[in-house]
Amino acid sequence: MSFTIAICNLILMAKIPHLLVHNRRDNVGVVVVENLAAGTDMFCVVTEDNSDFQAISNQDVPIGHKVALQDLAIGDTVIKYGEDIGRIVAPVRKGDHVHTHNLKTKRW
Amino acid sequence: MSYANQTIWGYRRENGRVGIRNYVAILPLDDISNAACEAVAAHIRGTIALPHAYGRLQFGEDLDLHFRTMIGTGANPNVAACIVIGIEPGWTQKVVDGIAKTGKPVAGFWIEGNGDIATVAAASRKAKEFVHYASEKVRVECPLTDVWIAAKCGESDTTTGLASCPTVGNMYDKLVPLGLYGCFGETSELTGAEHLAAARAVSPEISEKFMKTWSAYQKDVIEAHKTSDLSDSQPTKGNIAGGLTTIEEKALGNLEKIGKKVKFIDVLQPAEAPARGEGLYFMDTSSAAAECCTLQAAAGYALHIFPTGQGNVIGNPIMPVIKVSGNPRTVRVMSEHIDVDVSGIIRREMTIDQAGDALIDSIVRTCNGRYTAAEALGHVEFVMTKLYRSA
Repeated sequence: MSFTIAICNLILMAKIPHLLVHNRRDNVGVVVVENLAAGTDMFCVVTEDNSDFQAISNQDVPIGHKVALQDLAIGDTVIKYGEDIGRIVAPVRKGDHVHTHNLKTKRW
Repeated sequence: MSYANQTIWGYRRENGRVGIRNYVAILPLDDISNAACEAVAAHIRGTIALPHAYGRLQFGEDLDLHFRTMIGTGANPNVAACIVIGIEPGWTQKVVDGIAKTGKPVAGFWIEGNGDIATVAAASRKAKEFVHYASEKVRVECPLTDVWIAAKCGESDTTTGLASCPTVGNMYDKLVPLGLYGCFGETSELTGAEHLAAARAVSPEISEKFMKTWSAYQKDVIEAHKTSDLSDSQPTKGNIAGGLTTIEEKALGNLEKIGKKVKFIDVLQPAEAPARGEGLYFMDTSSAAAECCTLQAAAGYALHIFPTGQGNVIGNPIMPVIKVSGNPRTVRVMSEHIDVDVSGIIRREMTIDQAGDALIDSIVRTCNGRYTAAEALGHVEFVMTKLYRSA
């Protein structure tokens, strides 16, 4: 039994995620592989509880950049680490690249 | 792993502090004494000059900070002995007297009335004597937690908050309860996570002290001088290239450096030595790497841990800087700068706990004498913080 669990863990660990999400409340995740192409069916892992899901990337997104996990409208708050990281300034569809072109600080 | 009995081989100084390097520093009081200090360092092997840009006509709080940084640098336990050279005897002697309180050998020289050549000759003779003294010092076994360890991140990206900063936090969670002195800073770069930082203070009094310090930086530095939303400066161009979009996002990743459990026990002024005993401290600093590292070294920290995403190459002349990166591309294309590769975290091949252990292994080896990447590459950035224009 424990051997089976160990093998399952090994298989799970061996599957490298495309996208990591800090917190279950987050509405964006971070691409953690190089050369992610538009249309990739991403394997996504939530780091706080190791839960996983799949999501499609709408664009080519560089490593380290964010992808929306849901549709976001102008004025919506972007959540990462379970915390407020700024406001949406251009409409975003689920799977879109989120960066300086559609997300701005609420400070300064 | 438990590190309760972990030891390193360091230099036990006259005042009991532990150093991990053994420099004879040639410290200029002011900008115009740099040339003399560099001449002494060129003449006497085993010495290191610490040229910088300031020290003339400063006044008030800015002058206090100058003296604190000068004295603290000479007093750092990685410095075995120190020569101070200034343009005139008054302020030179003030720095000498401050450093002398550690009990280490220190001597001052001044240029007015002597000229560079005679000053360099006299200082070189004393520096040679100090090199003989320092080079006979032997490393002794000391508890790892006697080595004060500061941290600051730079050229961060989103992997910093996922991997390298949590690695540093794991190290602090393991070592601070055993008696380590830790330190984090970067006041403006906690903007967006200031409420979480304040909640990590040991008491309401220290939490309030933190919020007062953070608010003052917002008001007196950022709001007073900004001409935009700082989107070209904070986050930096490198941060943005790495995927960080806003200061809030950057701050939340930054704060991962202090781990999950440890509380900070005091708020320090720039370059102020911790005085409340063992524990984690917050220091009011800028978020520019060289300025922050110089202030932490002047507060007495002997080692620095620097998580980087996009690849900041910072070093310090008297305090070894260990680079930690979780970005696989940076680890590959800038491999000569990275001491600890934790990119396995984002592939889920390495846990934060394993990464913390790998960092502590690197810390032990660095304490025992192994050069960091920045040391081998000759990075000796020594940058004074200046609060306002001189008189």
